[in-house]
Amino acid sequence: MSDFNRRDFIRLATGATLASSALGFPGLLLGATPKVVVIGGGVGGCTVAKYLRKLDPKLEVTLIETKKTYTSCFMSNEVLSGDRTLESLTFDYEGLKRHGVNVVIDYVSAIDPSKKLVFTAGGDQFGYDACVVSPGVDFKWETIEGYDETVAETIPHAWFAGPQTQTLRRQIESMPEGGKVIIVAPPNPFKCPPGPYERAAQIAMYCKHHKPRAKIIILDPKDRFSKQGLFRQGWSQLYGFGTENSMIEWIGAAGGGTVEAIDPSTRTLQAEIEEFQADVINIIPPQKAGKVAFASDLVDGDWCPVNKLTFESSRHPNVYVLGDASSAAKMPKSAYAASSQAKVAAAAIVARFNGIEPGEPTFVNTCYSILGEEHGISVAAVYALNRDSNTIESIKGAGGLSPMDASPEQRKREVSYAHSWFKNLIEDMMM
Amino acid sequence: MRRKTVFAILSLLALAPIITQAAGPTAAALAFTCAGCHGTDGSSVGPSSPSIAQMDPEVFIDAMQAYKGDQSHSTIMNRIAKGYSDEQIKGMAWFFAKQKLRLQPQQHDPQLARLGAELHDKYCEKCHEDGGRPGDAGTLAGQWMPYLEYAMADYIAGKRPYPRKMQRKVDAAIKDQGDKATSALIHYYGSQH
Repeated sequence: MSDFNRRDFIRLATGATLASSALGFPGLLLGATPKVVVIGGGVGGCTVAKYLRKLDPKLEVTLIETKKTYTSCFMSNEVLSGDRTLESLTFDYEGLKRHGVNVVIDYVSAIDPSKKLVFTAGGDQFGYDACVVSPGVDFKWETIEGYDETVAETIPHAWFAGPQTQTLRRQIESMPEGGKVIIVAPPNPFKCPPGPYERAAQIAMYCKHHKPRAKIIILDPKDRFSKQGLFRQGWSQLYGFGTENSMIEWIGAAGGGTVEAIDPSTRTLQAEIEEFQADVINIIPPQKAGKVAFASDLVDGDWCPVNKLTFESSRHPNVYVLGDASSAAKMPKSAYAASSQAKVAAAAIVARFNGIEPGEPTFVNTCYSILGEEHGISVAAVYALNRDSNTIESIKGAGGLSPMDASPEQRKREVSYAHSWFKNLIEDMMM
Repeated sequence: MRRKTVFAILSLLALAPIITQAAGPTAAALAFTCAGCHGTDGSSVGPSSPSIAQMDPEVFIDAMQAYKGDQSHSTIMNRIAKGYSDEQIKGMAWFFAKQKLRLQPQQHDPQLARLGAELHDKYCEKCHEDGGRPGDAGTLAGQWMPYLEYAMADYIAGKRPYPRKMQRKVDAAIKDQGDKATSALIHYYGSQH
């Protein structure tokens, strides 16, 4: 393809219009290969790498990730009910390599935005024309007294799918009949807003068959949560929620659900009003952007501010921040949101390399929760950018939740579509 | 020309670049957001969300408009379709029409599929040509079987509007083979890849 045609193609694909000569990288138009370094091999990082190569196969794209394989957090609550293995959520990076992405397994210690260099713990450095940072979340360990990374080995957070997911599954399997599980939900904002409540349902799904007198209590520092009406309805249809024999109990902020401290030796939680003791405790700590974002001066408070037209950092030029770590209000911190943002960023980066303005961004979020073998619910939104307020706003009249009181057939179909959503999201990011 | 009119025209010209910028996202940008459920460029890897690659643009537009107007039963598409203008739907339709459909093998009952093939030739082939491969009616060959089951159940229950002569043909196929007819057809389509 000649450069003229390639430019034309990119303009069509990215929606870009010709920009003034002040924008872009004039030098790159003369034939140099632009380099993109992507940090983080999750949904945001993989999707941006794949779509950069898809939009412009001439780009040199390097993705740096610490783990050799990816294990998805979405659908990992199904491991707790026993419906799924952790292996079924684990994928290698061979698919990305087939798209021409250079995959490096190393730990990024920091970015130097002034020199446009990425440094790794392994001692390597990578130069870039654009750097995409998609590190996901990290925990604010200091917030619950007595809970730290070491304690989390035995009282798991299981908020990154992996060994802790299996630890939590084993603990639930080995607790006595009539045992008590406590899930400590985090304050907003956090990754996967419906996750703690789906988790309660997935644990109940296992207990219903194997430990029918078990109790699952959610201690929550909030008074409202994602898909609340649908969760309460599903819990009540499946697990007796709202009755005296309910398997699931939810205690919000007003009821004293905020947890302040833990004594790991007795598995006792000190909440605002009273103490709670349990056989199995799962603490999902408060969250902030991943480590590399802090090490590279990309945060303002807990998260990374970005220009939502391109997802370029508001703090450093040529660095883009995607997914959970970015401050992308009003999109939730979800896998689908990260995927959608990655495509906007990929198009904006390619447009920039070609000296053209980025196109108008468009976003979608869809998110499923599975409450029982045949009970799925979802939330969806279509978003556009309000440039004046730099806010991603959902389009009025569209999106929203699955209807309340839907038929069993409808809830069953949503389970099957949830599994499709999982498979296609994975395929779209790394296959 | 009166001064006021000239001023009005000049102001409009000054606004022109802003108007151009507000043209909205491209068809490709819009279509990319579908991939999380319908697969990269519209070829779904299943198990139930349908592939939409290589789909006839008119069929795509009719389907989206029916979701948008709550004329067609769905789980999530009625909520999503409302987020797009008629122009944007048209743009996505043409984007997907140009993508090559990639199919995956599916588990099916060969005996049922053979019966389905006969029923297809008799009742469906006239519109869904070439065994239901991409054409100017909806793609059936290789489509995900759970999706076909949902769609057929919804047609029969009156929750999804039948296009053209389809109701008569479906009724005739059911009269011919009873309840087996739809599952035979679905197994036939699932057998193709």
